[in-house]
Amino acid sequence: MIKLMIDGKTLSVPDGTTVLDAARRFHINIPTLCHHPKLTPFGGCRLCLVEIKGIPRPVTSCTTPAAEGMEVTTTSPNLESLRKTVLELILSDHPNDCMICERAGDCTLQELAYFYGIRKNRFSGERRTYSKRDGNPFIERDMEKCILCGRCVKVCDEVEGVAAIDFAYRGFKSKICPPYEKDLNCEFCGQCVAVCPTGALTGKAWKQRGRQKDVREVDTTCAYCGCGCSLTLHVQGNEVIRVTSREDTLNEGWLCVKGRFGYNFINSPERLKKPLIRKDGKLEEASWETALDYVAGRLKDVRDKYGPNAIAGLSSARCTNEENYLFQKFIRGVIGTNNVDHCARY
Amino acid sequence: MAQSDETKKKVVVRVCIGTGGLAAGGKEVIEAFKKAISDFCVDIELDFTCHYQKVGCRGFCARDVLVDVVDGDTSVTYQGIKPDIAKRIVQEHLINGQPVKEWLIDDSYYSFHSKQMKVLLKDCGTIDPEDIQAYSKVGGYTGIRKILSTMTPEDVIAEIKASGIRGRGGAGFPTGVKWEACRKAQGDVKYIVCNADEGDPGAFMDRSIIEGNPHSVIEGMMIAAYAIGAGLGYVYIRAEYPAAVERLKLAIAQAHETGHLGKGLFGSDFSFDLRIKLGAGAFVCGEETALIASIEGERGMPRAKPPFPVHRGLWGRPTVINNVETLSNIPYIIRNGASWYSSIGTDKSKGTKVFALTGKIRNTGLIEVPMGIRLGEIIYDIGGGIIGDKKFKAVQLGGPSGGCIPDHLLDTPVTYEDIVRTGAIVGSGGMVVLDETDCMVNIAKFFLEFTQAESCGKCVPCRIGTKRLLEILDRITRGLGKEGDIELLEALCSDIKVASLCGLGQTAPNPVLSTLKYFRHEYEAHIKDKKCPAKACKDLLIYSILEDICKGCGVCKRACPAGAISGDKKKPHKINADLCIRCGACFDVCKFNSVNRE
Amino acid sequence: MAGLATVFGSGAMTNSMPEIENNDLLFVIGSNTTETHPIIGLKMKKAFRKGAKLIVADPRKIDLVRFADLWLRQRPGTDVALLNSIMHVILREGLEDTEFINTWTDDFESFRGSLAEFTPETGERITGVPKEKIIQAALLYGNAERPGIYYTMGITQHTHGTENVYAIANLALMTGNLGKESTGVNPLRGQNNVQGATDMGCTPNMYPGYQRVDVPAVKEKFEREWNVRLSEKVGLTATEMLQAITNGSLKAMYIMGENPVLSDPDMGHTIKALKELDLLVVQDIFMTETAELADVVLPAASFAEKDGTFTNTERRVQRVRRAVNSPGEAKRDSAIIAELSRLFGYDMTYHSDEAVFREIGRLWPATAGISYRRIRKIGVQWPCPTPDHPGTQYLFKGGFPRGKGRFTAVSYRPSAEVPDNEYPYILSTGRQLFQYHTGTMTRKTSAIETVAPGPYVEMNDEDAQGLAVEDGQKVRVSSRRGSIEVSAHVSEKTLRGMVFIPFHFKEAAANVLTNPATDPVCSIPEFKVCAVKIESL
Repeated sequence: MIKLMIDGKTLSVPDGTTVLDAARRFHINIPTLCHHPKLTPFGGCRLCLVEIKGIPRPVTSCTTPAAEGMEVTTTSPNLESLRKTVLELILSDHPNDCMICERAGDCTLQELAYFYGIRKNRFSGERRTYSKRDGNPFIERDMEKCILCGRCVKVCDEVEGVAAIDFAYRGFKSKICPPYEKDLNCEFCGQCVAVCPTGALTGKAWKQRGRQKDVREVDTTCAYCGCGCSLTLHVQGNEVIRVTSREDTLNEGWLCVKGRFGYNFINSPERLKKPLIRKDGKLEEASWETALDYVAGRLKDVRDKYGPNAIAGLSSARCTNEENYLFQKFIRGVIGTNNVDHCARY
Repeated sequence: MAQSDETKKKVVVRVCIGTGGLAAGGKEVIEAFKKAISDFCVDIELDFTCHYQKVGCRGFCARDVLVDVVDGDTSVTYQGIKPDIAKRIVQEHLINGQPVKEWLIDDSYYSFHSKQMKVLLKDCGTIDPEDIQAYSKVGGYTGIRKILSTMTPEDVIAEIKASGIRGRGGAGFPTGVKWEACRKAQGDVKYIVCNADEGDPGAFMDRSIIEGNPHSVIEGMMIAAYAIGAGLGYVYIRAEYPAAVERLKLAIAQAHETGHLGKGLFGSDFSFDLRIKLGAGAFVCGEETALIASIEGERGMPRAKPPFPVHRGLWGRPTVINNVETLSNIPYIIRNGASWYSSIGTDKSKGTKVFALTGKIRNTGLIEVPMGIRLGEIIYDIGGGIIGDKKFKAVQLGGPSGGCIPDHLLDTPVTYEDIVRTGAIVGSGGMVVLDETDCMVNIAKFFLEFTQAESCGKCVPCRIGTKRLLEILDRITRGLGKEGDIELLEALCSDIKVASLCGLGQTAPNPVLSTLKYFRHEYEAHIKDKKCPAKACKDLLIYSILEDICKGCGVCKRACPAGAISGDKKKPHKINADLCIRCGACFDVCKFNSVNRE
Repeated sequence: MAGLATVFGSGAMTNSMPEIENNDLLFVIGSNTTETHPIIGLKMKKAFRKGAKLIVADPRKIDLVRFADLWLRQRPGTDVALLNSIMHVILREGLEDTEFINTWTDDFESFRGSLAEFTPETGERITGVPKEKIIQAALLYGNAERPGIYYTMGITQHTHGTENVYAIANLALMTGNLGKESTGVNPLRGQNNVQGATDMGCTPNMYPGYQRVDVPAVKEKFEREWNVRLSEKVGLTATEMLQAITNGSLKAMYIMGENPVLSDPDMGHTIKALKELDLLVVQDIFMTETAELADVVLPAASFAEKDGTFTNTERRVQRVRRAVNSPGEAKRDSAIIAELSRLFGYDMTYHSDEAVFREIGRLWPATAGISYRRIRKIGVQWPCPTPDHPGTQYLFKGGFPRGKGRFTAVSYRPSAEVPDNEYPYILSTGRQLFQYHTGTMTRKTSAIETVAPGPYVEMNDEDAQGLAVEDGQKVRVSSRRGSIEVSAHVSEKTLRGMVFIPFHFKEAAANVLTNPATDPVCSIPEFKVCAVKIESL
């Protein structure tokens, strides 16, 4: 363990902890835009600058390892003025169209601008303008809103192992894009969307479907593969409009293309809405009462005629434990046969 | 009976083939000499044999192609030689013994050299850089042999520390201390990297050293490798230096063939090998952490320090990164001893420094001076003063990271501390001389254009901050400066310096701050009076015709591309200010100086 | 699963997902993990970043090969030979864990003898993997501190799938790589709650909690709890059900949330059989290919419309929560079952979903310690017998449920249908990243349809050249059971002589071609090997 002092408080943290992580462990807030706890430190936004006794210039707390006896100051008029300058510079090259932005209310840049009360900006000048064409079907990339924090680049490389995007060009024209600025063509896991602190990366399917206000979040478990990722369904009215995942879960907030973007089936118009019974070779709508009476009657007929072992049930790896339990209980206890299986083999 | 070639006297024709020499036609000059000699051979039998020697940069690039004709003890130097002159020199000088007077070097060549002190450049320009034997003949590779047989790595570090040499890349960090930190760093694999990504506008010191004496760099790297415990070195060199790259490749190949690189060198158990990594033209890759990223195959983006490369550098291993000039000094320090080296220079700045002297100065070229020499001596004694006898305004040191030093500080001695005190830095060695026609706002803008374009884009203050600085400077030079712009520049400059991630951003405001410090009035004149005192900012100039001088010849009218000049023949002409595009064509063509510019 | 259960007494992943990143060696065999289990793939990538080594054994150049230190490209269906020859080298090099073998296992000596013939040379001859690579794999695995083996259907979907699993288990047993953190054998389950469905006794021979239906004491326990009389006769597996229809003994089927028409082998046969039924009831959220054949279709609720639990591949019981109401009159599956049960005069109403879960806990002690409250944020891994039990992160710490782990000597035998002159190519079916299973859910998302719009056959570039087939061209793929027309994806991804077709697409269903031959122990069909021919169109 290492002992250091942050803002006058003496703290103990494990060896290898950065100053930023040390401060966060003890709920001392240092603003950042580029840092993400699951990614290697970047040190690009410069908001997390702190003063350390004995070091002549402020250093980024996200990249500086805590050291024994270190004395750190996280806030001072000088530091706050630097942070304000950095924010003003970012905002001087940002569309500032929060009014219509998909991420309003869920945007780190917006939050910081609010806390630093940046109403007037000393800086103005050229802004980057990009055409918004990208033929990929999943991810909306509004690069004018990109603050080049590098999180998407890192998550794609460090977590997903794909490296579909990187920094390109230099200076003010620096930009994050796929090779040769082609359309994004990747695994579309959307990890980049999950870590983007602004409205630069959003889901195409979410567009104008509702922002944070009025959205109900329901935590559940993904219904695709066996990984069992935790999902948060964003619900507006009776519709799932977005899927995210919390960082403090087993899957650490990461999802795949199916988990993150493949939720449209829930509200699909093709969903079955009424029981159907085959009449004269065609399936026709019926009431639940009629349908279930029919099923029960026919099952009883078969059982009476051929015995319970002439009936079999196929259960579902899609359904819950409780439903599977009840299904086999029904087949075994009510029908009276062990002819029950599911698709474990496919 | 014909004399056999062995018994004939030898004449050596030595031709500069540094990039400057090549550009001026060095290779063609050699061919022309060869052809002339063989042409003469047909008719007469020569009483000498002619040998050709290609050499690296000799410094006085303004007079390229420089050719030495060495006949026994006498050596004659020609300047500005073109291929068609070769025949005359062969006939008149080589055959008839009469040097061709009109092409001989003049006095300025001697005054150019008088105050210089050539240590690194002594061999550069006299030995053939494409022949490892040439380097060995002048004492090359004796330094590494000496340390392998008589010194421990700690001894070497002690020697380098005692010499007092400081990094020549710009910041002046003591080289021995850096080596010592790396030596002590944990790790079984370490690296030595030579930073040859020379990128300052107008700087060509490192290029010239590699072109002229590549083996001195290799030997310096070997000594450093031995001292820190590295077995592999990288030379990171810009791809825009093809001649330097070729010579370095050749030097490495020759070193391999002759057992100067590889396993178990010179009978010891020390092994060392070298790889070349070509830079792709990003200025920021001269920053050591960006350079590391680039070698690793990543985009050249700086990483936060600490950890410093001596602890976690290339591939995460302890790494020393030294500049070309620093490494090139090392063999000479080992060969001649620390006390020899520390006798040159001042108390805290030892040895010599190579500068690329350019700008509005008569004798442009590559110079090597002892530390402590005064700026004025360089500009007037070595440089021969300002071209066209214009007024000196400032000298810019340290390129985009540096600053301008004005007239009244020309007594400043060239030491790390004294130069920093002026607001500039010694830097890697770019020295650009400015005269009265240079607008200082424009100069600041020039450097900001450079740093803005070369910013890697990683950190906000550098990426957006320098852009906003540039925009403010730009509007000032276009007469659109506002009250408060100077204060805004100063505030932004100071925040960029403090908040930027790497050296590029941290020093990017220096050209603005140093010009503001010494030439604030020029900024004020642009903003308040909408005037450019140097008459360089075209948008601020007003052209008019002085009616009492104008002869009405109509030359200006014909030269004006915008049709802004009117007037009848033999009667004073007029410029329509609304149409004038301020190109200055009328000013240049008027024989009577009747066009006024203010 | 049956294979692992035979060897260890329990069949599931021995380790948990968070342990993956601390493996120092990953041996991935028959699993295209990054596409079929993307998030487990991420954990693996995390391990690589931390320095773990990777051996991939797969006839296809799957994405993981990019990260591999060693890639073994065995011919499909030769896994036993590959694994046996690796074990041969481990013994030759003395890398087995004698102490572990003596303490924790049975039948080692007879097993040892069975490996004698599997020299690396023999291995190379059967598998096509160069013997140097076999030796290298043995050294990597044998010398690793915390190796994890990962497999999926590439191992199990063979007529000798159980033998494949035995071979994997033998490898872990002989090196003592079990019962430790980040060390073990991990079958990755393909579907969100396939583990749970098995746990819950939706298998013909087991009640919930792997309790055998033919053990009288167990039967009595369930009869008491459920207050009914139960049958002790082991029932039919899914594949056997179809055969039973054909031979006339099975007359009615109730299918909840499955689509066997697309997912079962030999689609022609499946459709024919289902049509022969007196009664087919299908309960689903969409009109699937199977529902189209039904006499009654019951509209069910999706996962977003219900409460309950799923159990993921690492035995972790996790919450499912209702977020929206079901469309129209669609009902939760549990409500439909309860209603139907009532019509049979048996009351199956519960006042909550958790009440069902508590009943499971009473019958299966391994989940007795789990409550909805405990898993409101993060799930718990069974076994978890009491409320203060932390759950079981990895299995077999200090022993196996059946006492000792058992070595089972296995020998190589070829797949049921091997290529011949008429059908010269091996077909493997499987999944790809974007689509899922029979496509019922994913194919409703237009964005997914844009990037993965339809069926294709992946074929080797040299094979394609021989057949004059170009990338993107339509070809006809035929087996003894049927033929489909798909476009060819030509690349170096598949091995020469092999083709791969994803089974998600009804418009050219891969299961028209597949062979219904099954593993005799597990009844798993041989989806990974059947013989086909390719014709250019």
